[in-house]
Amino acid sequence: MDVVLKNIVKTYNKGKVKAVSDVSFSVEKGELFGLIGPDGAGKTTIFRILATLLLPDEGTASVNGHDAVNDYKEIRKRIGYMPGKFSLYQDLSVEENLNFFATLFNTSIEENYELIRDIYTQIEPFKTRRAGKLSGGMKQKLALCCALIRSPSLLLLDEPTTGVDTVSRKEFWEMLKGLKEQHITILVSTPYMDEATLCDRIALIQDGEILSINSPRKIINQFPDQLYAVKSQKMSRLLADLRQSSTISSCNSFGEYHHITLHQGNTFEMQKKLINEMEHLGHTQIEIKSIAPTIEDCFIKLMS
Amino acid sequence: MTNEVVIKTDKLTKQYGDFVAANQITLEVYQGEIFGFLGANGAGKTTAMRMLCGLSTPSSGSATIGGFDIYKETEQIKKNIGYMSQKFSLYEDLTVMENIRFFGGIYGVPDKDLKERMRSLIETLGLKSEADKLVGSLPLGWKQKLAFSVAIFHEPKIVFLDEPTGGVDPVTRRQFWDLIYDASDKGITIFVTTHYMDEAEYCNRVTMMVDGYIKALDTPYKLKQQFSADSMDDVFYELARNAKRREDQL
Repeated sequence: MDVVLKNIVKTYNKGKVKAVSDVSFSVEKGELFGLIGPDGAGKTTIFRILATLLLPDEGTASVNGHDAVNDYKEIRKRIGYMPGKFSLYQDLSVEENLNFFATLFNTSIEENYELIRDIYTQIEPFKTRRAGKLSGGMKQKLALCCALIRSPSLLLLDEPTTGVDTVSRKEFWEMLKGLKEQHITILVSTPYMDEATLCDRIALIQDGEILSINSPRKIINQFPDQLYAVKSQKMSRLLADLRQSSTISSCNSFGEYHHITLHQGNTFEMQKKLINEMEHLGHTQIEIKSIAPTIEDCFIKLMS
Repeated sequence: MTNEVVIKTDKLTKQYGDFVAANQITLEVYQGEIFGFLGANGAGKTTAMRMLCGLSTPSSGSATIGGFDIYKETEQIKKNIGYMSQKFSLYEDLTVMENIRFFGGIYGVPDKDLKERMRSLIETLGLKSEADKLVGSLPLGWKQKLAFSVAIFHEPKIVFLDEPTGGVDPVTRRQFWDLIYDASDKGITIFVTTHYMDEAEYCNRVTMMVDGYIKALDTPYKLKQQFSADSMDDVFYELARNAKRREDQL
């Protein structure tokens, strides 16, 4: 195990604000592990504890067998940390930032160039530009290079895809796949549920508590009900009508469709009953089909 | 949604030196419409939004917002719109009530109406027991719902929402959209940006900006047809992946 957290508790404001309550999980060597949850779930607190920047109130955390409190210096030698807030030097150029971080950790760009090559070549045309003048996607690539250049055994990436567009998000996950092939252990957090499926394992986290830990596939398989997607001509009214219906157990909007679960019983009969009911309420072009849940469906289910 | 046009722009352009941030933006948005404004990072969304809010003077082109001219009547525009963003919405160190009163005052809600409307808003939001708490102590989802309600408290014609649901949990994100539907039913026009492509599906129409231009504008259904795509995510990807500005500007 590369990362082990046991019963971590962290509060702020003299115990008034509970950021993380009794969180335990571990990450295996070479694993791409995702912490998935909204703002305020406690993701950043967990990262700061692992980066030895914050002391837990209770519990223990370790990286490569080194304790996050007692052996913090050992941990700092081994991790590459990309904080959620852009933390490079805005008034240094791309190249100067990278050089700075390499030098800080007694290495050079040349020595570990292989690690960053695929990513760095994308920003190299702008290497003389100041970091503060880069686009969101480029800043993120530079920050990743700076975390990688010291050849860490563990990468801590706190919301690397927040605030960047979906094209850059896809590119970023491609980069992570590439890094995985180099056997770097990666702990990454995101509020985007659709990114969860790209991880080996994930922890769904909300209000400082872990709702579920498993591979994305298994979390989806654990969804207890048959899920259906429904649509009709007038989606906002359909949502309200479905919520009123006695056949419906849960109903959430999911883009083009609403996702629903039905009360138990003969589901084919229930489907027919529901369609009749909606037709009676004036809905037209009603479509209903059984579907596999997404991670977001699972998250909503676990929250309720 | 009605046929009354509340936002009308014609070749609206903003240029900084040689750089054309927003290039000949032409669009019409209807009363009560939920209008999705999408684009890659650096596509010019913020620039266009700032012009529409009367905060930035266009270099050329024309536009009216709620019937007011974008060059000459910016103060009237500001009175007739609401605005909220993910980054700034409410004052964390004021209470819920103080925030509502503050923004009500700024937007010129008459004193005689203020008290009653504050009471009814607090009740609708179910925030009675939180009314005297600092906004900073509320969970993010509540803050965003309150911020939206405050942005439409003065009953504006149009409300601009800049990534209102970023980082919000999936349940609260959907509750937030319930509020958007309510406002739209009341005739308020919603102009919204988002990074969540499922939310693009909730819009009546969606526009996509790429490299300063409007590259597509239609209903989600027709856009998916046009690009032979299964989802709005695919539409976005198809349009934005060849953008030139993503990597070397802004």
